Amino acid sequence: MAHTHNARPAPVGGSLINAATLVCGILIAILAAILLVRFVFGIGAVTNVNDGYSWGIWVVVDVMIGSALACGGFSVALLVYIFNKGEYHPLIRPALLASLFGYTLAGSGIFFDLGRWWNFWHIFWPSYVNASSVMFEVAACVTAYIVVMWIEFAPVFLEKFGLHDVKRKLTKVLFFFIALGMVLPMMHQASLGTMLVVMGGQVNPLWQTPMVPLIYLLTAIIIGYGVVLFESCVAASAYRRKIEVHLLNPMSRIMLGVLAIYLLVRLGDLLARGALGEAFKPTLQAAAFWLENLCFVAPFFLIGNAEARRDPSRLFLAGIAIMLGGILLRLNGFLIGYGHHTGSGWTYFPSFTEVMVTTGMFSIEVLGYIIITRRFPVLPREHAQVAS
Amino acid sequence: MDSRRDFLKGVLASSAVVTAAAVAPPACARETHGRPAEALGLLYDATLCIGCKACVAACKEANNNPPEFSTVDHLWDTPLDTSGYTFNLIKMYRNGTMETKDAEVNGYAFMKTSCMHCADPSCVSACPVSAMTKDPVTGIVAYDPGACVGCRYCVVACPFGIPKFQYDSPTGKIGKCELCRHRYKDGHYSACAEVCPTGATLYGKSSDLLAEAKRRLALKPGSQTRYPRGKIGGPDQSYEGPVGNYLQHVYGETEYGGTQVLKLSAVTFAKVGMPNLPPNSSAATSETIQHSLYGGLIMPIAVLGALSFIAKKNVHDEADSTDTGSGEK
Repeated sequence: MAHTHNARPAPVGGSLINAATLVCGILIAILAAILLVRFVFGIGAVTNVNDGYSWGIWVVVDVMIGSALACGGFSVALLVYIFNKGEYHPLIRPALLASLFGYTLAGSGIFFDLGRWWNFWHIFWPSYVNASSVMFEVAACVTAYIVVMWIEFAPVFLEKFGLHDVKRKLTKVLFFFIALGMVLPMMHQASLGTMLVVMGGQVNPLWQTPMVPLIYLLTAIIIGYGVVLFESCVAASAYRRKIEVHLLNPMSRIMLGVLAIYLLVRLGDLLARGALGEAFKPTLQAAAFWLENLCFVAPFFLIGNAEARRDPSRLFLAGIAIMLGGILLRLNGFLIGYGHHTGSGWTYFPSFTEVMVTTGMFSIEVLGYIIITRRFPVLPREHAQVAS
Repeated sequence: MDSRRDFLKGVLASSAVVTAAAVAPPACARETHGRPAEALGLLYDATLCIGCKACVAACKEANNNPPEFSTVDHLWDTPLDTSGYTFNLIKMYRNGTMETKDAEVNGYAFMKTSCMHCADPSCVSACPVSAMTKDPVTGIVAYDPGACVGCRYCVVACPFGIPKFQYDSPTGKIGKCELCRHRYKDGHYSACAEVCPTGATLYGKSSDLLAEAKRRLALKPGSQTRYPRGKIGGPDQSYEGPVGNYLQHVYGETEYGGTQVLKLSAVTFAKVGMPNLPPNSSAATSETIQHSLYGGLIMPIAVLGALSFIAKKNVHDEADSTDTGSGEK
């Protein structure tokens, strides 16, 4: 099989104290300070959320977008284990690591936003559970997925600490966790979209559709590949390594295939419901709709042919376009295209402290990624490593 | 060759799964719920309302809520909208010269804002921890702060913007009208209806209230009729008054499967803050999707089985090759 030639993962090495980790540290300290105020004085003390827009960026960005951007592990696992494309194996660990962090943070980030967080365990307690609630499905699946990902990632720690016996035993049943690690994100990424359905007419018809679970699932998979493009390029440049163009080129072709399916579903749904007219009204929502879909169409122009797919800068830009499209789809559904049709004049724009918490959350992710890739066997080994 | 065949198998398997999930006829279609037979509610008749706000004050007192200020001097309770501390409010519609009551043009009108106690409430469907519940007998949509996690999905979901959160407190709760269910044991009923001097807010069984609403709509505008006050079926406190120029629409009769609070108005409902809602509830749509995809966990388990089978095969391939791979290093 082709992947026997793949380099095995190894720690990058190098110092853990540098400009990037210091900046992350400062941002994380700011996050901690703001959260202290939040827990003492309430959500209103540091955020601009209100009864018209009760979900701000802590929910929509930290949890919904954060988890979608963490779909790299799931998307690459689909390729490797289901479509048996073993050659992509070197991409798995770094992608899984980013997913692990993304999800663990998305899962813990919901805590800051829970007004009555000390009751959080009710979500898992049978006598409280409302099985018909989409939120329950999301919470249960996300939690289970976080556990599954730590198990999937465990071989990295077991290798590092020389626990080969445990690793061998885990490897025997790993296939089951890998399969779970695909079903669970399929379920909750779809359900994150379904969360819009109960809001009915409060969500603009451009984003309110019974097809929304399929739309969110397909984009989660596509975003997964987009994030891998983005991360591979960033990791390569930060660690001065070669970009894995021989992997990213064919992977991005697969991404374009799924993207084409998605765009057909999206357009077909809008036409079938007769909702496309909303896109031609002189509104902010219409503009946001076009921007979102421009981002999803852009990759066809950026990396449409094999020649362009060998150009790292184009791969990088295509990755960013996909991520932006996915971010906008979620922002549009839950914030920009959302508004009480009772027309009571509510507005929302995140406060500075709110933004700093979200920034701090992403800093934790970046810092964790740096520490783990430098100390644990995640990125593929290279002959001449320049780790500064 | 082998790898290509597996790839195609994978494509087929997963597209079958996704297609099944997406287009499967909703085998578990969840119908929109109707009002329970003994449902309790209110009838608000905007043409009878004089905007005295006695109901707003009574609601504050009955629910032990603090005053909210919107004026500089902070002299008395002046909320501008319902909130985590204000569960009932009378809002005013104004147009042009505001000469005529209940006229859409150059007129003014009042509208009560409080929980509609939907037959099929979005908040109850949304709540992950059953903190929002609908009583099977009275149909009252109740809130239990002891169960609530404060996720505010109910706030986001409600089409009327009713459940509201107390953002200014580290232990904030959701606040909403519960039809004064805590006062029933003392022989009381909804405070807003108890104090209403004109019978604009009337308490009773929803079926009785609907019949009363239809009776009013059938009368000739300007003619005289008797209006009950307080509680339908309670002691007679009725009085005679002129019939309003009603729109032929009982708001809440069919909206989202019906609501237990019903409204009559002379001004178009959309203009006084009552949204146009279809007869099917969004809770039913949402639960139909959820139950079709996850009902009995049949689909997830089937997909898990298929993926485990494929993954098991492919992981083994890889374990073999990485073992030899490490030897080559």
